[in-house]
Amino acid sequence: MQINDIFKHLQKIDPGIVLEEDTAYLYIDPSKWEEISKELASNKDLFFDYLMCITSYDLGSGKLGLAYNLYSNTIKHSVEIKIEFDQIVEIPSVASIWKTADWHEREAYDMMGVIFTGHPDMKRILLSDDWEGYPLRKDYKEPDYYRGVPVPKDKTAWE
Amino acid sequence: MGIDNLKDTGSIKADEMVLNMGPQHPSTHGVLRLKIHTDGEIVSKIEPIIGYLHRCFEKHCENLSYEQIIPFVDRCDYLASMHMDHAYSMTVEKLLDIELPERVEYIRVIISELQRIASHLVAIGTFGLDVGAITPFTWTIRDRERVLDLFEALCGARLLYNYIWPGGVSHDLSPKFIQRTIEFLDYFDKQYDEYNELLTGNPIFVERTADVGVIPADVAVNQGVTGPSLRGSGVAYDLRKTEPYSIYEKFEFDVPVGEGKMGTVGDCWDRYSVRMLEMRESIKIIRQAMSSIPDGDVHSAMPKRIRPKKGSVYSRYESARGDVGFYIISDGKNIPLRVKMRSPAFCNLSALSEISEGWMISDVITILGSLDIVLGEIDR
Repeated sequence: MQINDIFKHLQKIDPGIVLEEDTAYLYIDPSKWEEISKELASNKDLFFDYLMCITSYDLGSGKLGLAYNLYSNTIKHSVEIKIEFDQIVEIPSVASIWKTADWHEREAYDMMGVIFTGHPDMKRILLSDDWEGYPLRKDYKEPDYYRGVPVPKDKTAWE
Repeated sequence: MGIDNLKDTGSIKADEMVLNMGPQHPSTHGVLRLKIHTDGEIVSKIEPIIGYLHRCFEKHCENLSYEQIIPFVDRCDYLASMHMDHAYSMTVEKLLDIELPERVEYIRVIISELQRIASHLVAIGTFGLDVGAITPFTWTIRDRERVLDLFEALCGARLLYNYIWPGGVSHDLSPKFIQRTIEFLDYFDKQYDEYNELLTGNPIFVERTADVGVIPADVAVNQGVTGPSLRGSGVAYDLRKTEPYSIYEKFEFDVPVGEGKMGTVGDCWDRYSVRMLEMRESIKIIRQAMSSIPDGDVHSAMPKRIRPKKGSVYSRYESARGDVGFYIISDGKNIPLRVKMRSPAFCNLSALSEISEGWMISDVITILGSLDIVLGEIDR
């Protein structure tokens, strides 16, 4: 299925869905994501059974984004869904639909501070549990101390 | 507290024991820690604890120009650095919309397939080591060394190459390299049969791996398992065939899938055998590419400076471990706004708990070995 057909299909659920010209991704509203994700996975014409990747990104000035790349092994088509939202907004988890989302969402929480509702085990994955802040945010500042040890700030060697 | 409360022991599991495996354990293939919940010797749940090798490569990328990132992606999957280079360069090329000279594509295919052989040799050797066969490891490492010698002759480095650049490759192939590669392939053909004799039909090896750690196809897809581990479950999903990139559509090769010859489809033996058969296919591809490689300048399409337009791109690549994805967002500067790497071993490892449920602790080692993880890539 082409991106335009998927767009028309999903428009029935979320009339506010956006497909920009010359791009291959759909912008959707965070509140509709739960409904749309179920439709993407279960509808026979779409049937996206493989969630390839969840990318979280920071656009600066308090705006975060998520990009979901999906693929269907039976129909052999792919789609990219983008959600952009404010830092405090919570996103419904899709770990119950695609299990691979479990770790990917934990990573997005760990690195970018995106909070997923309904996730089975929302905790840090790559960093230690007592880490403060979310390193991949654009406004992240390196701490001066980590567990009482000063963090070296000299970057002249590589910058 | 009344006597009735004491009787209520429903939530207490009297026999559960938590066993800690790693981070310093020879069978975890790096610094991985497994918290294994066991009932007697039967595993009920595994919590992999990762992040010991975390370098926040993605944060580094936000401070480096596109060219400077290549040595960093090398260090993600250090057993298949060429694949990482290739995957990253392909993504940048997609962002820049560059058309490559044919010779570059041929070189990349030859190098990538040699790298696949080298990486699978380590996977098979260490898998044998995990189940108690020591000889295959010394043999596979010896032959991998020959591939590394070829790479050393090609670009000077043995492990972290920085060879494939956006728009080209750093050095052209010499005629001597082609000759040495053909010699290696002739030698390897004979060795390949010896591995088969050592491991494939070995009754002890089959006993340890067949019917163990079965991943049903639907679970594998849902868990995002890719690469030889997915194909071991009988799903013929190989990006070189399903969504051909580079020039793979020009070559004839098969996609081996698990058939359950020794047990059930999707067991550890199937994952091992897919890797073995894939090396055969790689040899086929290299021979075809070697015979028809065209002339050309490998530097002609290389951009002087990389400054892509605003936008984002996601591209996928079939590495030795599975589906490597790079998601790059550009805001029009010479440094990316965001680089995200979809690590295949990260997704494969996340399925470990589900596969291992109900198996013995010694089988967890077998299952982990059959997934072929590289911690540098999982932790990034």
